Amino acid sequence: MTDATESIKEPRTATVSWYEFATRHRASIVAAVILVFPLVMPFTALAVNILIYGLYALGFNLVFGYLGLLSFGHAALFGTGAYLCGIAIVHFGWPWYAAIAAGVAGGLLMALLIGVLAIRTRGIYFAMVTMALSQCVYYLFYQAVDLTGGENGLRGINVRTIDLFGLRIDFINPMIRYYVIAAFVIAAFFVMSRILASPFGAVIEAVRENETRARASGYDVTKTRLLTFVLSGGFCGLAGALQALHLSIVPIEILHYETSGLVVMIALLGGMGTFFGPMIGAAVFLVLENVVSVWTVHWQLIVGAIFIACVLFFPAGIWGTLIARSRR
Amino acid sequence: MAGLSFDLIALQLFAGLALGAIYVLFAIGLSLIFGMLTVVNFAHGAFYMVGAYVGLYLISIGGNFWICLVAVPILIGLFGLAVERVLIRPLYGRGIDYPLLLTFGLSYVMVECVRIAFGKTGYPFDTPEVLQGAVNIGVGYFPLYRLFVIGATAVVLLALWLFLEKTSFGLIIRAGARDPQIVRVLGVDVSRVWLIVFGIGTAIAGFAGLLAAPLQGVIPEMGGTILAEAFVVTVVGGMGSIGGAVLAGLLVGVVVSMTSLFAPEMAKVSIFALMAIVLIVRPQGFFGRAGLMS
Repeated sequence: MTDATESIKEPRTATVSWYEFATRHRASIVAAVILVFPLVMPFTALAVNILIYGLYALGFNLVFGYLGLLSFGHAALFGTGAYLCGIAIVHFGWPWYAAIAAGVAGGLLMALLIGVLAIRTRGIYFAMVTMALSQCVYYLFYQAVDLTGGENGLRGINVRTIDLFGLRIDFINPMIRYYVIAAFVIAAFFVMSRILASPFGAVIEAVRENETRARASGYDVTKTRLLTFVLSGGFCGLAGALQALHLSIVPIEILHYETSGLVVMIALLGGMGTFFGPMIGAAVFLVLENVVSVWTVHWQLIVGAIFIACVLFFPAGIWGTLIARSRR
Repeated sequence: MAGLSFDLIALQLFAGLALGAIYVLFAIGLSLIFGMLTVVNFAHGAFYMVGAYVGLYLISIGGNFWICLVAVPILIGLFGLAVERVLIRPLYGRGIDYPLLLTFGLSYVMVECVRIAFGKTGYPFDTPEVLQGAVNIGVGYFPLYRLFVIGATAVVLLALWLFLEKTSFGLIIRAGARDPQIVRVLGVDVSRVWLIVFGIGTAIAGFAGLLAAPLQGVIPEMGGTILAEAFVVTVVGGMGSIGGAVLAGLLVGVVVSMTSLFAPEMAKVSIFALMAIVLIVRPQGFFGRAGLMS
């Protein structure tokens, strides 16, 4: 990219290096943006939602964007994380950090269960099988009324204060709540950046680009897919756990397939297979939803139409289109 | 367990076949479209739902059920043609995920439009008078309408089979499913064939929605549930295989109906368990071709 002939031909080297700078410090940039974000956002509740759905989309994007498998069952991973975190607090009285760990573990485990079955299929089957299995998870949680509250959702996840090394942090205060959740989300972005920069991250993309060649190079494609799916489950489980703490209830709709569809829309809108895409997608999507739902109750119509337009005209998403422009 | 006589089980089996008939119709359209266009139509449930609502509307303006049986598939099929031509056609050759994503967005739009036109709450859908009541089928009394659903499905299947196997256009469709490139080389306008197949598939979905309406009423969300269950049917039967869709659809219907007799709380979960078993034992499904997905 940066050799002499390229820079002579390219009058817009400045934008290219801007892009390279962004790639090199991607996690730090996300952290910086997240830290100043509530200062420019008028509604803290919306800002928290953007953080959580951004994290959810980050986990989803690992499978969709980097591994190249379209999953329509991520609601099961997100929802299991939320439910396990909630159940740990409501039924077992676990402290908040253990409950979050339970949520992450739930996401990992559910991803393992779904992954083992779904990875056996190929291509477009994957979307159908993950969707069907997540629907199965929906019914299971729906029927386990004693643990999950069934149709009413799991209520009473009240975390008022967060105790950290003798400090008592007020979790009710919206701003403090935002920064507590932001700490987890930022940590997750750093972990994701590390995974993608590792040799394993390169294998993930190799499997997406050319499965046969990755196999011929000696990589176990099936195991790579399964491990990536499970890792994605961990991120989504964390997002679910934070959602449970934030809402203090877990509605059953969290497992509905529209929650799976939502993250597909967010990831595609932001730019699949890009590091910043999920956060940008979540911000744009949720702000749009907020604005449109003030104006009409039929926001799904507008959102659906915008999504169709995205698929037809901007399949690279917002960030993907920006990158393509800057490279041109 | 004294009530579980042979007759009761046999009746439940028939109820399962009637439920399965709806799955068969739904999954056949899905399979036909996938087999030809390699498009997974996520809006298939929405077409099914719109079919039921169009029937509701036609009856409310003075039509009857029999007119609906003809008019609904035609109207939904025409709508399907327009969708293929305007929205899906630009996406051919752009990767298999894009039509799926587009139809997913389309299902949002269709569901919301129906909510705007008919409201968010559901409606009951009266069984036509001639088909009310029950009839003795040897093992006990069975609702006449359910028998009609089984019969109507059989007629549609027979017509489809005759169309695919005995007409020259059916020959082109079968050839196009096997190798579209060769068919194109032979001078057939494949995109026109794809257009028509999409129309037929969605027409059958609308027909299935209309048939299902008297059994369960109509609500805007009725398509979402059956879509997930139809995916189970296509996975079990083998994607793109019509015979597989028929067999698996009936099997899924019977499994649901039998588990709701013996373990009602497991009825919804049972079909996904069935899918899990099939995935472990035979990932390509009963009649799936092994290489089709790669």
